[in-house]
Amino acid sequence: MSYLLQRLVTFPLILLGVSVLVFVSIRLIPGDAITAMLGTEGGLLTPEQRASLAAYFGLDQPMIVQYGRWLAGLFQGNLGISTTYGQPVLPVILARFPLTLELALLSMLIALAVGIPAGVFAATRDGRPSDLAVRLLAMLGQSTPSFVIGLVLIYLLSVYFHVLPAMGSFTPLSADPLGNLGQMILPAITLGFAFAASVTRISRSAMLDVLGDDYVRTARSKGVPQRDVIWQHALPNALIPVVTLSGVEFGYLLGGAVIVEQIFALPGVGRLTLDAISQRDYPLVEGAVLFIAFNFLVVNLLVDLLYAALDPRIRLGRT
Amino acid sequence: MRTLRAIFGHPSGAVGATIIVLYLVIAGLGALGITPHNALKQVPIDRLKPPSGLYWFGTDLLGRDTFSRMMLAIGESFLVAFASVAIAAIAGTLIGLVAAWWGSLWDGILMRVMDVLLAFPAILLALLVVAIEGPGTFTSISAIGIVYTPIFARVVRGPALSLKRREFVDAARTFGSSQRYILSRHLLLNLVAPLTVQITLALAWALLTEAGLSFLGLGTQPPAPSLGVMLSDSRSMMTHAPWLMIFPGLAIMIGILGFNLTGDALRDIFDPRSRTRTA
Repeated sequence: MSYLLQRLVTFPLILLGVSVLVFVSIRLIPGDAITAMLGTEGGLLTPEQRASLAAYFGLDQPMIVQYGRWLAGLFQGNLGISTTYGQPVLPVILARFPLTLELALLSMLIALAVGIPAGVFAATRDGRPSDLAVRLLAMLGQSTPSFVIGLVLIYLLSVYFHVLPAMGSFTPLSADPLGNLGQMILPAITLGFAFAASVTRISRSAMLDVLGDDYVRTARSKGVPQRDVIWQHALPNALIPVVTLSGVEFGYLLGGAVIVEQIFALPGVGRLTLDAISQRDYPLVEGAVLFIAFNFLVVNLLVDLLYAALDPRIRLGRT
Repeated sequence: MRTLRAIFGHPSGAVGATIIVLYLVIAGLGALGITPHNALKQVPIDRLKPPSGLYWFGTDLLGRDTFSRMMLAIGESFLVAFASVAIAAIAGTLIGLVAAWWGSLWDGILMRVMDVLLAFPAILLALLVVAIEGPGTFTSISAIGIVYTPIFARVVRGPALSLKRREFVDAARTFGSSQRYILSRHLLLNLVAPLTVQITLALAWALLTEAGLSFLGLGTQPPAPSLGVMLSDSRSMMTHAPWLMIFPGLAIMIGILGFNLTGDALRDIFDPRSRTRTA
């Protein structure tokens, strides 16, 4: 079976596994579901009221029946009701998603714009001091947590430039694109920094591999200018691993920007999940975790498809 | 011993290993209580003192010595990182070996479970574990351990599958060696190199994840010092007391850098072909 077909067949199975894991995990949280739903008010219920509520929500049914119902609800876009917002979970998550998506896209843009030229630059100066400097910077970038970068940026801006990034009320892109960009640029640089370091390392490594290939040597021996050899012959092939890395990182960013959203007070999906955990809003935790994992899986599948499109050996299952 | 010599003989390995040794010494001294000041003692009269001969890295809002707190915090971070990576390495190696050796059904079931775990971004899976167990040091250990188990399973399964088909394994079977013997002496010993590289890199990720969880208030709980918590607390005072942000931030970064540099050096040592390619 080709790799691509295998990925397509296993995708729904993994998705099902993710749903089981999320469903079971939330039910492993200590305390019963009624108390979790009602918080301290749950303690005021009589045993009869508690039993009637359990029957209403189907919590008196065996776990497998509960999972079946929950799964059926998922297919209809019903992820339950958030106890914090008193609204269906899916619209609450979808309202936060554009910000997270924008942040992920901006970070990726910054990472690629910095990382690819830096990687190419280092590869074409292999072993020279400039290569060493890029490698060192990339290693430092990969070793610096996003929250350290975020805090340093805030500190530098507030102390040396006396410009504090606007935090608190968020301006959506549709309302004021410039104002929105002003709020998003710092978090995007924060997230893009480590991402750029990874892109630099992988671009350099891929370029070094490609620059040693026969067709590059042939192009050089035919007198093709160095610039064309690098940007037209070598780079397109060196970009294949960069595409994979970027896709995987993008998938992480769609759900993993929890800390940066927290530092910059951005109301994204990551912060929503974190708040839901601290407020013990389990339907929202369940929905948000499932939503992020689903996005992550879809992005990874798309990356695999793109990878296969770029490299026929993968498509034909030869590697 | 030979590997250790090779690490110290490698340019980035020497820097990385020196950092790790230095951190281990600091953590050891902190654990033994050999700190310049009592890390938990509040001295209100000395609150928010900048770095000086008395307080090398300054003091915090409660007048506690930042350096002494960092010594304890590094120990806490290393405890979480080493324990969680040990859990992940042992569980992942067992899963990878069982999947590769018994194959078919076992391989299918175990690796699909690993795929499910890999479907979650690391910090999110850790958050899910914290939601179940509640915040704390042991939760961080189990959360990070669970997050990195699938990576070890994958690292072990691939090479184990190819080793399983090698002649020396067939020969051992022919001579009547037990499965346990073959798995431990022939497969596991040959997996030491990739596992060592993976463990070192996983320690860097574990430090990063631990600091992240603590920063969010979901890891080590006060009054126990933690680099992530110290950094998080510094946010409200960064303009007046930047040392509260700078030193814990640098400590996290340098610690992660130490493991990353050592991991890269080990990769070069075990696979010289990668030497030219690693950045």
